[in-house]
Amino acid sequence: MTTISSDAVRQLATLSAIALSDQEVERLRADITSILGYVEQLSELDTKDIEPTYQVTGLSNVWREDSVEESTAVRKILDDAPETETNQFKVPKVL
Amino acid sequence: MLNVLDIANSVQSGDKPARAWVEESIRALENNAEYNAVLNLTTDRALQRADEIDKAVSSGDEVGRLAGVPFVVKDNFLAYGAPTTAAAKILENFTSPVQATAVEKLEAEGAICIGKSNLDAFAHGGSTENSAFGVTHNSKDKTKVAGGSSGGSAVVTALDIVPFALGSDTGGSIRQPASFNGVYGMKPTYGAVSRFGVVAMASGTDTIGCFAKTADETALVMSVMAGKDPQDMTTVDDISMQIKPNKKSLKIGIIAETMTDDVQPEVRDSVKNYADALTAAGHVVEEVSLSMMKYTLAMYYIIVPAEISSNLARYDGIRYGKRAQAATTLAELYGRTRDEGFVTENKRRIMVGSYVLSSGYFDAYYQQAQKARTLLIRQFDELFETYDILLSPTAPTTAFGIGDNVDDPVKMYLADIMTVPASLAGLPALSVPFGEDKAGLSIGVQLIGQRRSDGLLLGVAKSLEATP
Repeated sequence: MTTISSDAVRQLATLSAIALSDQEVERLRADITSILGYVEQLSELDTKDIEPTYQVTGLSNVWREDSVEESTAVRKILDDAPETETNQFKVPKVL
Repeated sequence: MLNVLDIANSVQSGDKPARAWVEESIRALENNAEYNAVLNLTTDRALQRADEIDKAVSSGDEVGRLAGVPFVVKDNFLAYGAPTTAAAKILENFTSPVQATAVEKLEAEGAICIGKSNLDAFAHGGSTENSAFGVTHNSKDKTKVAGGSSGGSAVVTALDIVPFALGSDTGGSIRQPASFNGVYGMKPTYGAVSRFGVVAMASGTDTIGCFAKTADETALVMSVMAGKDPQDMTTVDDISMQIKPNKKSLKIGIIAETMTDDVQPEVRDSVKNYADALTAAGHVVEEVSLSMMKYTLAMYYIIVPAEISSNLARYDGIRYGKRAQAATTLAELYGRTRDEGFVTENKRRIMVGSYVLSSGYFDAYYQQAQKARTLLIRQFDELFETYDILLSPTAPTTAFGIGDNVDDPVKMYLADIMTVPASLAGLPALSVPFGEDKAGLSIGVQLIGQRRSDGLLLGVAKSLEATP
């Protein structure tokens, strides 16, 4: 049975870009342990030589003409942004 | 009861204006506010559209097959007139600059969106208890859950506030709440209806469908929405939602694994009664085995969180949505925005997804689940060589109590056990309201067909509608 440490949960949270409180880390540790415990039953299936199914449509490489079309106005897109400056999204310092 | 065809006829003929229908539905929504089924009304836009339709009718112009028919969208459809929240704080004030293709197609036929219904945040859940804006109450008993994730849409249809409502179904999110509220819930063949403009959850199994009260209405709404959309490359053009008359004797298999002692006895009785009605109508019903069934939830809760972790990466507080205040670095901004903006179930699924996609675990979890999925699809294909339709309960129980399952995610996931197999295989499935338990809670039976047999499912359901 897979057990997940609190540090592993913090690492997953970092990978997922979610800042968790210590209380949430403990709760999610218990939940994730229980979910992984449940899904582990798949390991008993023999899947040797079985191809994975990633999608069910049977479609592949659906192309369209690369034509110039009207798109959503920049102004409308920027109106939804929390912070903008001139024609750009504004974010805090990266480095 | 409200009926799509009656409403459209009365509007087209000028007997009753679209404005009157829309006003009545909005009033009914306001009078039923205690169910918390709808998050935002789109009153102004709805009345404006109704007036345009009424004006077109009086000028003798074409107004469409759904002229003046009020409907509600699940609030993960981008639709004008109110914010699209996905029932999550991160999108609480998000007003979309575009509309979902499904909504555009319905509007082109004259239908009028009057509001946006509650759901589990980002459609993660099976009870609508994961909404950031409060739980939705079951239409038959307010102490019970509405089901989910499309709980609000099921409730407004069941309460007869609107004749139909839209939902999305990734693992049962239309069918299970349909079952819990006693209405039809249709999940089409994967690829039949465009998902463009619907907040993506797991793109490999996300489908768009509807709730309604008859097979005919379900078929009409699905027909309007179906078809190829250049903006959703998984869509195809040749899946018919037209009711297919089924004169000949069909072979129908009851999935034995869905009729075990774990399933509520009254639910099993409803399925047996439905099977008896099918037999009486001249069809042949036999018990069949889908032995991969027991692995499907495990597959689902690997594949879907993996896709969720990828699809929800876009919610970062940069381009739209609610941004955490006073973050001093970009990393802090991401982390706090996502911590504040997501509900616990969103975080749980994103993190499980990050785990199963991590190098070192990818083969054991994600790859193994996709291989198991191949085995499941093979079993379905084998069954469909002999059988036209498979029959099962839609859910193992009737609606459970609000709060009963919230502390145990695995227990909550088990409510999806009957609906997940068709999702993983991309098959069409229809929940048909049929009977109730001793407490008066609704029961649904599920018809599952081979890919592209959507019209056959609707045809069989219609042929049995007269059965009490």
